[in-house]
Amino acid sequence: MKLFELGERTAQVHDVLVTLAELAERDDARAVLLESADDPALLKPYLNRLDLVVLRFPIFRDGRGFTQARELREYLRFSGEIRAEGHILPDQAAFLRRCGVDSVVLPKDGNGDPALWEKQLRQFPVAYQRSVLPERSVGPGLRVEEAP
Amino acid sequence: MSIPVGHYQYDRIDRDFLQARIAEFEGQVQRRLDGTLSEDEFKPLRLMNGLYLQLHAYMLRVAIPYGILDSRQLRKLGEIARRYDRDYGHFTTRQNIQFNWIRLEDTPAILRELAEVDMHAIQTSGNCIRNVTADEYAGAAADELVDPRVHAEILRQWSTLHPEFTFLPRKFKIAISGSPNDRVAARFHDIGILARPGEDGAPVFRIFVGGGLGRTPVIGEELFDSVREEHLLATLEAILRVYNAHGRRDNIYKARIKILVQAIGVEAYREAVEAELAQMDLERYRLTPEAVAAIRSRFAVPLLEAPADADAVLAQQRREDPLFDRWVRSNTHVHRDPGHIIATISLKPAGGIPGDATSAQIARLADLADAYSFGEIRITHLQNVVLGHVRKDRLRDLWLGLSEVGLAEANIGLIGDIVACPGLDYCALANARSIPIAQKLGARFADTALQAEIGALRINISGCINACGHHHAGHIGLLGVDKRGEEFFQLTVGGRAENGAAIGTILGAALPEDETVDAIARLVDCYLGRRESGETFLDTLTRLGHEPFREAAYETV
Repeated sequence: MKLFELGERTAQVHDVLVTLAELAERDDARAVLLESADDPALLKPYLNRLDLVVLRFPIFRDGRGFTQARELREYLRFSGEIRAEGHILPDQAAFLRRCGVDSVVLPKDGNGDPALWEKQLRQFPVAYQRSVLPERSVGPGLRVEEAP
Repeated sequence: MSIPVGHYQYDRIDRDFLQARIAEFEGQVQRRLDGTLSEDEFKPLRLMNGLYLQLHAYMLRVAIPYGILDSRQLRKLGEIARRYDRDYGHFTTRQNIQFNWIRLEDTPAILRELAEVDMHAIQTSGNCIRNVTADEYAGAAADELVDPRVHAEILRQWSTLHPEFTFLPRKFKIAISGSPNDRVAARFHDIGILARPGEDGAPVFRIFVGGGLGRTPVIGEELFDSVREEHLLATLEAILRVYNAHGRRDNIYKARIKILVQAIGVEAYREAVEAELAQMDLERYRLTPEAVAAIRSRFAVPLLEAPADADAVLAQQRREDPLFDRWVRSNTHVHRDPGHIIATISLKPAGGIPGDATSAQIARLADLADAYSFGEIRITHLQNVVLGHVRKDRLRDLWLGLSEVGLAEANIGLIGDIVACPGLDYCALANARSIPIAQKLGARFADTALQAEIGALRINISGCINACGHHHAGHIGLLGVDKRGEEFFQLTVGGRAENGAAIGTILGAALPEDETVDAIARLVDCYLGRRESGETFLDTLTRLGHEPFREAAYETV
């Protein structure tokens, strides 16, 4: 498993990764795997002990993970690591980062080239809407860039 | 460079962003060619940049945000039609233009040419928030309460490469109007927005959700009556967030927001949206008056000056020239300034292809826009063109100029003003050809005096159940179906997209193409024979019910 970091938070490796259903039974679990249909609000009782939430993308076109990440950051104030794995494309790197995802499990095919992910993170100098990241305005209107 | 009338003027930041998008797309094409991206992976990526693969060639759909262009942009579209396509372009029901004969390898060059005039193909397809449409008479119509274009531009910017909503269950279409007379089909959109003035001077927004045509036509339901401007983006984020999390992804025909709204009910949807809003940091999503003002300042406002006798000159010219008078009757709308008028230019010549324009016509339209309407051009959701601010005393000169290039057809809102999808001539999904029957109907009712006599009557034609020709919303709707390899058309009547939105009902069994044309002629005869004074087709249909029309349509079958 090769990890790629989208932001500042350093990716951690966890030996125990459980599903949402298993979480209540496993007091030792510090990492949980959410399927795209899982409701992140169900993690609420466990947030204090969780270091990592892994969002699994069954296919890159299934965008539920983006909303899950934002709910974790914006509603649940989750401050641990969020990771995306499964079928994801480097073309989604900035979207993932802006929704609060810290790291990805690099795909094993040609989409796993870290250079592609690096490039995509730097593709756009500005964005036209607020994200979960600290941002500042660029010129008049809606445009923002990441605050250093 | 002066600021264009009617649409947002890009600055360096916007242009840099557009260049970055082109570079990204070029990289994606390259990765497809070298095999790093599979076709299944490339397809959604190219679609969200407007590139389709049709029956015979690639099609590039270029965005015309809220339907507004300046003459420089229109000229560029004409050049692209000439250089990269077969010398014409096709204006669509979502106020965009598509080029039907594009080579994949030319697309980066075309995108660069478009970027020279601040245009692009971003989000004209794909399962994302599509190009936002708006009232074609925005900022000009006498009946308007709020010019919706500043907020349409805000929505365009906000939805551009939205990090959370670029991989939705299905496409997502937003329309916005600021008039009590709905000219955007607000209730047939995923989100329809009607703006009106609020008490503090800022507009408030009535929001409909879950409307749509397609396989399952649904009239949108009111979600909120009065959303304040500062909460507009937060509210849209909340609506989209509920949809992204809960919209169906197991069946593309059940994936639109309308299916979710129907499944849980609009009350439950409203509760879900309110639950999101209660958790959101509204300050973060706040649309500030400063941001609105900054975007508004990048729109130029036309300086409307007309001689005192402009109205009298027009009245005199109408008396002297009955042909001109007929065109004025059908093809103009009341402007908020008494010395000006709104002119709609029909792209529906009798026997022609609805919405098509040649590069020569496009170039002439640009010249006429410069001469008569501050260089501003609007594309309508009924596939016509509007010049929004024409001085009344110069209207006849405009009409003469249009006549020279075959663009003076007097049929707006009449039976010849047919909306049709591209159909089986282009589209891989279609069951039937929409264009030939549109041409036959256009030819059958070519006489503009007859069209004026028939009055308000919309025909919409779709070549398959995906309903891109909006047949459900046509006063008379035609749906192409395949019967054992032969093209048949199913007739619906009573649909409407304007105020009092309704879905048409099926009249009877589907008919072959020529018999369909005859049946429609009998429907029209039935209406002409039985209407009472002042009644439109829809009025008579409402009064008499479907039965007499059904009998007339199927008389000889």
